[in-house]
Amino acid sequence: MREVHTDEITKVVRDLFMDANCNLGEDVLAAFDHAIEKDESPVAREVMKELKENARIAREENSPICQDTGLAVLFIELGQDVHIVGGDFKDAINEGVRQGYMEGYLRKSACDPFSRKNTGDNTPAIIHLEIVPGDKIKIMAVPKGGGAENMSRVNMLTPAVGIEGVKGFVVNRVKESGSNPCPPTVIGVGIGGTFERSALLAKKALLRKIGERNPDPEIAKAEEEVLERINKLGIGPMGYGGNTTSLEVFFEVEPCHIASLPLAVNIQCHASRHKEAVI
Amino acid sequence: MPKQIRLTTPLSTEDVENLNIGDKVFLNGIIYTGRDAAHKRLIDLLNEGKELPFDVQGQIIYYVGPSPAKPGKPIGSAGPTTSYRMDAYTPRLIELGMKGMIGKGNRSPEVIEAMKKYKAVYLGATGGAGALIAKSFKKAEIVAYEDLGPEAIRKLEVENFPVVVINDTKGNDLYVEGAKKYRKE
Ligand code: SF4
Repeated sequence: MREVHTDEITKVVRDLFMDANCNLGEDVLAAFDHAIEKDESPVAREVMKELKENARIAREENSPICQDTGLAVLFIELGQDVHIVGGDFKDAINEGVRQGYMEGYLRKSACDPFSRKNTGDNTPAIIHLEIVPGDKIKIMAVPKGGGAENMSRVNMLTPAVGIEGVKGFVVNRVKESGSNPCPPTVIGVGIGGTFERSALLAKKALLRKIGERNPDPEIAKAEEEVLERINKLGIGPMGYGGNTTSLEVFFEVEPCHIASLPLAVNIQCHASRHKEAVI
Repeated sequence: MPKQIRLTTPLSTEDVENLNIGDKVFLNGIIYTGRDAAHKRLIDLLNEGKELPFDVQGQIIYYVGPSPAKPGKPIGSAGPTTSYRMDAYTPRLIELGMKGMIGKGNRSPEVIEAMKKYKAVYLGATGGAGALIAKSFKKAEIVAYEDLGPEAIRKLEVENFPVVVINDTKGNDLYVEGAKKYRKE
């Protein structure tokens, strides 16, 4: 058993959200560069240059990439040989979110669904916890903005539609979303499991690095095909027209019930923010 | 390179009639901010026959809910929010002489029709480029509805704020034409 104090968890969560909101990953920046070089549309290239410059300013001034600094989503892998001391695990995480959003001048976007009253400190965090072997805690912080999340969908398909049906649904979802999710987007696709599991898989898919293919060659091929079809839609950066509608498509696949084919499409805007740390 | 134009507010009918979809515009002067909650209050005032807290004649409203300003800065990150939530209120303001809106995403047919009829334009700011956009904002001052926090109406002094013309006064739509031009199937 290794002891980990809740104060340490709070600090790591705080730092991760401040870091994720201000520093875009190298993989995303490289994808921007690729679009600046390759997009046929001059307007699209201009937009991509703005996004690159925006990321540079955010990094340099330690200011948020986007004013929508998201709801605080966390994926946590908790080693089964860790003993948490000092207080409540969940409270420690929420305290980290609170501190990160306050001290980092990040926008608080959490509110009551009906009265729309802001909770004031961007809590509660959305925590996905998994128990894994070992004595470490891996924390992944994923601030998720509203614009792209609103375009995401879960659908229970008829098994007969197969992989072709899945591909068609994903392409169509991106088409219907148009300019709303701030393209170029990253598309997380969760296939299988149950209703809620597919959504979780789709969100988890977004944690992969751009260019990282699914290990199953069949699925990897499907990812590439869907990306190609999406980029033929012509929507382009910000929907102004162009060949860069999505930067990447990630599929995550798990077994499902013999009667179902759950499919979730989680759309992530170009502000594809996620950072991780291990305690 | 798309066509680049510099404009200073307030805008005249002629200013906006010269704009075409896809043009890149650098805005200067004063613009106002507002999101759904502020728009609702503006329309309520008009319905009660009262005066608006600022004159919309020739003006532009930017749909934005900025992140908190750091000490010494006029504003935090300040990229556009999705515009359709303002669609119900916009035609009325255009009728009163408002010349432009800045946001992201599609507008309703009613808004597009009002732009054609009363000569106004819809401009797109790059969504998610909040840190870059904030660089062109020199001063920010709350003019109404302070209680709405990030949604309060602010008067912004802007310098070369980069936007793209999405809907012009002729009824053209960059979202439709742009995608048509680059579609491959
Ligand atoms: S969709 Fe993403 S980039 Fe666009 S405003 Fe929302 S968080 Fe920002």
